[in-house]
Amino acid sequence: MEAASVPQTQAATRARTKTKGTKKEGTPWWLWLAVLGIVLFCLFPFYWMVNISLKTGPDLSGAALAPPNPTLKNYSSIFKNPDFTNGLRNSAIVAFTVTFLSLIFGSFAAYALARLKVKGKFWILAIVLSVSTFPPIAIAAPLFKLWTDIGLYDRPYGVGLIIPYLTFALPLTVYVLTSFFREIPKDLEEAALVDGATHFQAFYKVVIPLAAPGMATAAILTFIAAWNEFLFAITLTSSSDARTVPAAIAFFTGSVEHEVPLGTISAASVVISIPLILMVLFFQKRIVAGLTAGAVKG
Amino acid sequence: MADIQLNHVWKRYPDGFEAVKDMNLDVGDGEFMILVGPSGCGKSTALRMIAGLEEISEGELVIGGETVNELGPRERDIAMVFQNYALYPHMTVRENMGFALKLAKTPEEEINKKVEEAAQILDLKQHLDRKPANLSGGQRQRVAMGRAIVRDPKSFLMDEPLSNLDAKLRVQMRTEVARIQARLGTTTVYVTHDQTEAMTLGDRVAVMRAGVIQQVDTPRNLYDDPKNLFVAGFIGSPSMNFLPARLEGDTIKLPFGDVPLPDRLRQRIEGGAGTRDVIAGIRPEHFEDAQVAGEDHTGTRFKAKVAVVESMGSELYVYFDVQSGPAQSDHLTELAQDAGMEDLPSHGDDEGMQVVARLDPASRAHAGAEVELVLDTDEIKLFDPAGGQNLTEPAPVAA
Repeated sequence: MEAASVPQTQAATRARTKTKGTKKEGTPWWLWLAVLGIVLFCLFPFYWMVNISLKTGPDLSGAALAPPNPTLKNYSSIFKNPDFTNGLRNSAIVAFTVTFLSLIFGSFAAYALARLKVKGKFWILAIVLSVSTFPPIAIAAPLFKLWTDIGLYDRPYGVGLIIPYLTFALPLTVYVLTSFFREIPKDLEEAALVDGATHFQAFYKVVIPLAAPGMATAAILTFIAAWNEFLFAITLTSSSDARTVPAAIAFFTGSVEHEVPLGTISAASVVISIPLILMVLFFQKRIVAGLTAGAVKG
Repeated sequence: MADIQLNHVWKRYPDGFEAVKDMNLDVGDGEFMILVGPSGCGKSTALRMIAGLEEISEGELVIGGETVNELGPRERDIAMVFQNYALYPHMTVRENMGFALKLAKTPEEEINKKVEEAAQILDLKQHLDRKPANLSGGQRQRVAMGRAIVRDPKSFLMDEPLSNLDAKLRVQMRTEVARIQARLGTTTVYVTHDQTEAMTLGDRVAVMRAGVIQQVDTPRNLYDDPKNLFVAGFIGSPSMNFLPARLEGDTIKLPFGDVPLPDRLRQRIEGGAGTRDVIAGIRPEHFEDAQVAGEDHTGTRFKAKVAVVESMGSELYVYFDVQSGPAQSDHLTELAQDAGMEDLPSHGDDEGMQVVARLDPASRAHAGAEVELVLDTDEIKLFDPAGGQNLTEPAPVAA
């Protein structure tokens, strides 16, 4: 026992000193410069959005890098606007429901595709994936007609949007989870079966926890897509009761006619970005690589 | 605890491949039964059928007096140790070992008690709250054993549980497994491809070849009286030497000389000796250096030129060539294939065959020298080249 663990620790120490050694050699300065450039390039639009959201009136047309008279007036005004608060509520309902449903149905489908002997598995997966490549605009018009006919058009709380969103969320979830489930050694499920688990218990007590990183990835991607979706949201709703935030923002009006309400739009955009940022940070902890390490021989 | 019976069990895959053919096996209550054979011989499939992880195509499986063909693994009350351990990586050692009990809705205190007990037996107490990823190979192996032990099942099924350990640890764990099984007295079916494990662990050993059980017997009997060429070649290390030979009346014509047919063997050969081609099987230990053996050692003496000497300290393995073609049989081809030796020069070219002898370390044999050897003729086994059966097998003792 002792003998077995000692070499391991030694190896670990060696590995650590090794990484330290390479770090000391240092990253060349031009690489840092490139990193800085890319970060600036990516984050500047977001910064500019924050910048504008803190400006009002004539300042909006200025190009100052920092707002001359920073104010939170835009923020307080959007939260007084029922269109926006309803939108937030609807977006939350739609995005959470879609994420939840697509994880449940997606994991079932993915498990079947990864484990069961299904004929034409490859083609099923290919068709599932190809669904997600359809341009949404191509189905927006027929969907509008259909949704009006069956009474799902402009439903309060954005309920009518859940099914269309699932059409792009599910293929993605199925695809991500199928590859994750395939990676999980079959022996683990068999061990659970022999240990007295039913097939379903083996699935949710052993397979699902091990696929947690995959579930988290699928959840984030689904949530972001559902939260940001604009085309269906604007096509299938017509009232503030039903609109999600991206659609609601598009209907913001200025204080005078033809004025583009830049300040409030920016403030609203900053606000709706926050849940996404929180979401990613929250799940990042869960996306731990190598969770399956140690399951089988090392 | 219970006995396990396989009655005419078959496994056929949809593509027509028959992995297990008409398998009959009785494992007694508390017995340690080993299934051994080269890879692909159907031993793992047989084990998985007992576990319920593979469907039984035909035949009957009885555990503890109950036919369990249609029962799922969870209803069979068996515990299995997998080759790669199959520990749940997201659970601690404690949770891994208690998982089955938790599924069975055992009260928390009892689970803890049983897990602690098993951890005590396996020397895992200080590791109970660690995850499998942080354990060494040997520790993981013991957790896998522990997971089986806490269940107190009718039977343990082990699928090459030691094959992922390094050589030294494997020997250590082998003793451990034997000790635990003896202590718990649980019926155990153990699959391995390693004949040493089979010989040292089992109460009885079933040797399998191409889905068919060749022989089921105690390790001693398998070694002394193999039923056919395959069993003879598979059991024992270094393995038995096989030489083409000819039986002429009371003489066995071996490549290194004629040997009188011992009375013991003559009585055993059915239908008298006659004249026929046979394959002679001689275990390495039945040769001895004539100088060491002394004058009073009976047996046939002959001289051989030593090719290679391997000293093991307690014994010498001496290889010498004899002028003869190789012994030909399906059984032997298959054994050679399993060992990956079919391309070795000593098999099939005309330079002769290599024979290995296990000599006393006092022997002065060295490479290139000529040495006089004594062959204990009583221990020669004769096999039928066509079917591979042992012609010198003792008649079953009438009860």
